[in-house]
Amino acid sequence: MNAIELNGVSKRYDGFLLDNVSFSLPRGAILGLVGENGAGKSTTIKLIMNAIRRDGGTIRVMGEDNTTPGFQTVKEDIGIVLDEAYFPEVLNAMQVGNVMKQTYRRWDDGVYQNHLQLLDIPKKKVFREFSRGMKMKLAIAVALSHAPKLLILDEATSGLDPMVRDEILTLFNDFTRDEEHSILLSSHIVSDLEKVCDYIAFLHKGKLVLCEEKDRLLEEYAIIKTSQSALDQLPVDTIISTKSGAYGVEALVRRERLPHGMQTEFTTLETIILFLAKGGDRA
Amino acid sequence: MNIIISNASNLPIYEQIYAQMKNAILLGDLSEGDLLPSIRQLAKDLRISVITTKRAYDELERDGYLYTVAGKGCYVAAKNTGIIREGQLKEIEEHMREILRLAPACELTGEDLIEQFRVIIQEEYQK
Repeated sequence: MNAIELNGVSKRYDGFLLDNVSFSLPRGAILGLVGENGAGKSTTIKLIMNAIRRDGGTIRVMGEDNTTPGFQTVKEDIGIVLDEAYFPEVLNAMQVGNVMKQTYRRWDDGVYQNHLQLLDIPKKKVFREFSRGMKMKLAIAVALSHAPKLLILDEATSGLDPMVRDEILTLFNDFTRDEEHSILLSSHIVSDLEKVCDYIAFLHKGKLVLCEEKDRLLEEYAIIKTSQSALDQLPVDTIISTKSGAYGVEALVRRERLPHGMQTEFTTLETIILFLAKGGDRA
Repeated sequence: MNIIISNASNLPIYEQIYAQMKNAILLGDLSEGDLLPSIRQLAKDLRISVITTKRAYDELERDGYLYTVAGKGCYVAAKNTGIIREGQLKEIEEHMREILRLAPACELTGEDLIEQFRVIIQEEYQK
């Protein structure tokens, strides 16, 4: 059972095309959407919420087609955090809670108070005076307090300091202790995604380059640093993309195709993504 | 039971879990019938992917170290020492063949290898 399912989804803007994107987020998992600024991450999230009109394809959320009237009820199950938190400027956290109590049927004030405490959000300060970090934390506290089954977060960790980011990632980790709970989060901070995600979907210039299990990616690909002549001796289908410098060459390779005993570099998701993006440009 | 996931290790994460759980079972830290943490619980406690943890459990189950009771959880299986011994013998044999493959590069004959091994055994026993 999938929490989110995109099938051949397209959206055209002037000078931008989200091109035939298909991927799914299995229930109980965390999927990270990576991509450069303007890759189509926010567009994808807006399409999932049916906040903008699509030009093609179908999207199902919690099993429900998101263009049907039934999607309204599904929204109760979704906690959403966009890259900017918008709450009325003159309200404080307590008052925001009161508004939400009237908005969501399953609002739980106890949980909300708990999260305010846990995330160190001031209760009496008005929203206008919040720092960016506080605003995001408040938005996340709100999203978690109406008993959601699916969290959708757009750039929720960007612009926050490492300590706060880690607190938030821990919250996400704990949220998915329940196998009915799923998370879709977009970010360009790949290391954050590497810490929590089960799956990684990589958007590049409006196209889905890959959607794979995170640990498989790390197993499948490796970075090697060597000389051009040594690289030329490897079977052609080993090498995915290369970057040459003055004194040698770096290459993204398929780990299983490498000759036994060949030294690989410490490979992170970020380097893999960078190489795939650059390779994609050349192809 | 300790499970240490190292990012610096060359082994994939699922293999690290596999090896450490297998060792815990073989060394008796976990005994037959013990309830193991659920896949999701272990994944979240170690802060690793659920899918990866499931893969480790699947392999452990396939190799007979644990069994699953639907709706209840995973338990440590009865040790089948015969199969384990068989596996280890096979592993020893593979190492020996590997030695033999490497030997010609150093111009070592079978005799040399046996002599060298005798010396090593002596050294090890004297410790």
